[in-house]
Amino acid sequence: MIKFFLMVNKQGQTRLSKYYEHVEINKRTLLETEVIKSCLSRSSEQCSFIEYKDFKLIYRQYAALFIVVGVNDTENEMAIYEFIHNFVEVLDDYFSRVSELDVSFFSAVNQVFHSTWQRTG
Amino acid sequence: MVASSSSLKLQDLIQEIREAKTQAQEREVIQKECAHIRASFRDGDPLHRHRQLAKLLYVHMLGYPAHFGQMECLKLIASPRFTDKRVGYLGAMLLLDERQDAHLLITNSIKNDLSQGIQAVQGLALCTLSATGSAEMCRDLATEVEKLLLQPSAYVRKKAVLTAVHMIRKVPELSNIFLPPCAQLLHEHHHGVLLGTIMLITELCERSPAALKHFRKMVPQLVHILRTLVTTGYSTEHSISGVSDPFLQVQILRLLRILGRNHEESSETMNDLLAQVATNTDTSRNAGNAVLFETVLTIMDIRSAAGLRVLAVNILGRFLLNSDRNIRYVALTSLLRLVQSDHSAVQRHRPTVVECLREPDGSLSRRALELSLALVNSSNVRAMTQELQGFLESCPPDLQADCASGILLAAERFAPTKRWHIDTTLRVLMTAGTHVRDDAVANLTQLIGGAQELHAYSVRRLYSALAEDISQQPLVQVAAWCIGEYGDLLLEGSCEETEPLQVEEEEVLALLERVLQSHMSLPATRGYALTALMKLSTRLRGDNNRIRQVVSVYGSCLDVELQQRAVEYNTLFRKYDHMRAAILEKIPLVERGGSQADEEAKESKETAQLSEAAPVPTEPQASKLLDLLDLLDGPSGDAQHPPPLDPTPGGALIHLLNLPCAPPPPAPIPNLKVFEREGLQLNLSFVRPPGTRTLLLITVTATNTSGGDVTHFICQAAVPKSFQLQLQAPSGDTVPAQGGLPTTQLLRILNPKKAPLRLKLRLTYNHFGQSVQEIFEVNNLPVETWQ
Repeated sequence: MIKFFLMVNKQGQTRLSKYYEHVEINKRTLLETEVIKSCLSRSSEQCSFIEYKDFKLIYRQYAALFIVVGVNDTENEMAIYEFIHNFVEVLDDYFSRVSELDVSFFSAVNQVFHSTWQRTG
Repeated sequence: MVASSSSLKLQDLIQEIREAKTQAQEREVIQKECAHIRASFRDGDPLHRHRQLAKLLYVHMLGYPAHFGQMECLKLIASPRFTDKRVGYLGAMLLLDERQDAHLLITNSIKNDLSQGIQAVQGLALCTLSATGSAEMCRDLATEVEKLLLQPSAYVRKKAVLTAVHMIRKVPELSNIFLPPCAQLLHEHHHGVLLGTIMLITELCERSPAALKHFRKMVPQLVHILRTLVTTGYSTEHSISGVSDPFLQVQILRLLRILGRNHEESSETMNDLLAQVATNTDTSRNAGNAVLFETVLTIMDIRSAAGLRVLAVNILGRFLLNSDRNIRYVALTSLLRLVQSDHSAVQRHRPTVVECLREPDGSLSRRALELSLALVNSSNVRAMTQELQGFLESCPPDLQADCASGILLAAERFAPTKRWHIDTTLRVLMTAGTHVRDDAVANLTQLIGGAQELHAYSVRRLYSALAEDISQQPLVQVAAWCIGEYGDLLLEGSCEETEPLQVEEEEVLALLERVLQSHMSLPATRGYALTALMKLSTRLRGDNNRIRQVVSVYGSCLDVELQQRAVEYNTLFRKYDHMRAAILEKIPLVERGGSQADEEAKESKETAQLSEAAPVPTEPQASKLLDLLDLLDGPSGDAQHPPPLDPTPGGALIHLLNLPCAPPPPAPIPNLKVFEREGLQLNLSFVRPPGTRTLLLITVTATNTSGGDVTHFICQAAVPKSFQLQLQAPSGDTVPAQGGLPTTQLLRILNPKKAPLRLKLRLTYNHFGQSVQEIFEVNNLPVETWQ
């Protein structure tokens, strides 16, 4: 099951966040900084799956933006990896060559749109 | 002024926030805006409400509190305009989770919207319901959702199915509502709905065994769907890098896994399909690999044919050789799961797994380590240990502890020879000494003690290791112990197995002194070193002045443990020199975790090691180390971990801890009065515990009916050679006068040969200002005590 879905840039600013389980608001920022720290410290040679506390993080980097999905044990990591890419491709189609700016400006629209994916995990 | 900022569009707000250079500036902007939003909400302006809420949601996403927008969400949802509803529902999803009180209020709005008939609105309502529906809401609205499952519009159906999934997760009892439509929904062509249906069925099956049975009948249908997916050609709508709808495939495979688990018939139906998927999927891209991975997981879980399982392991092996690290990670994880059940198949891939140990990536090397440790068996233990030790030298510190304990465990289980075992343990201690588990030292000393022929060899190696490096504490402890025990062998000079090492006495003493003085040494290590020095005083041929000097210096050491030892050893030198050799003899081998090995009556022997004798944590410390009639569990020898003792300066070394004795179990054997003198009486009561035929528990009770207290009361016992005796701590050392509380002490006697019991008791105490000592044999022991 997907626990959360984040789009965070390299400076640590959250562009999009969707939590599928209740997390306190102050814990969210903490979680996001920790997650981005662990993703940033990986080189391009290392694999995209990190074990973090009791869930797994699957991340993918697109230019300066990191898309991180947190899942629990039952998920197929590679399917999620593919799902992230699928999502980016859809965004690309929708915004015709999406960039981080688009993501941050249309974040509200993104929310609606993103919720149509719901919890496909 | 209010109007102008209330019409600030969301985009403008975002622009402003982005322009803020510092965190403080951003906070300012946002606070100002929130104040405007709050004012606008209060004024109740319906036209721009949605804009305000949109801004509020953006601010919420950045992490600022936004709870004051909750009621506005409700108002927006209730409004007839679509733009309002859209933002309202979005706000509801983000702000109104179950913990908020306002949550239930949206139920009615959702209900109305669901029955409205406008797809977009229904879609919104379903979305919100599936994201944040609470249990009550789900129960209320379940029937509505069910009706929507069979709507003509695929858009609505898809959302309805996903909402149903959420409802099942929240309220499993609703499964009987959602069960019937599933059969029909499986005939869908629309992949979105199909995917949702599969998920719904998966949830139903996971939560109720009845549903599981019901859906097993659908296995052929699922197989058919998957087969069509795999075999049909390229379909632009659903293909991702050449694989048609991998998400659907993965989901179907997962469902098949759940259905086929522990069920022969379904598993059989699936066998062909799984083989087909496994062979036909294109693995050049990630999507294909994802499907393949899911297939492997399914094969592993169901009752598949043996050939299929081998196929699965081979696929995983192929994954391991792939250059993409993600795939290797995934393969290692699954192999770890498989290694229990299909050990031999996984063994074939051992070389590749060992390769992965050298990965720079942390997650990969950790998995590889776990898998390698699981793959060690008696035939490959030497090679594997070699590899693992290489890994140990280069791996990051957090993995070192696991690696070290893994290697030691494997060595214990599969060591081909004792010498190899000692070597391996030594090497691990030298490389990662600080990370090993606590009992590694104990195990190693045990091992060395047991391998008589290797004493000389081990002491030499340990000496050389110690001479190089005195910082690794476990290594230093073992080395000190060994040098103390086998110092004479070290100085002898010849040993076939290592190079000849000429060691002078002075060098050995100097080394031990260095260990004692080094600030890197832990107190326990110092204890080991001091005792080793002491033992060397009998083993070395030179005179003992140097040792005596060191020992007396430490007599005033600040560390209490060391001070105590030093003082005791000093006393040994001064007053009891004649006993020194006997006391410092070589330790007999102690059984690991066993009870104390036992005694010859009236022969002084080395104070034995205190192993896991948990019921006898601390014993009365005999003041003089002489007249050892029996076992005295004084830890002044080589305690592995000396238990904390009460501090005493110099002289009186009697510690008596008032440990309450275990109450004696009811004794069918009659009590025996064994001693009486001037009002002090000693009684023995016997218990034969029913489980063990060889065990006898004796409780010695001392009562005092005289006018004066009996103080410093010590009772010791001796038994013949074939028996084993254990003395537990007495309840006290004073028997108060006038029939006060008696002192009790428990003796445990093991009589494996069932020989007739003979018991000799020795009492020392002070009574009426006189010190009394009595030794006598207990006569008239009832026959039941030993038969």
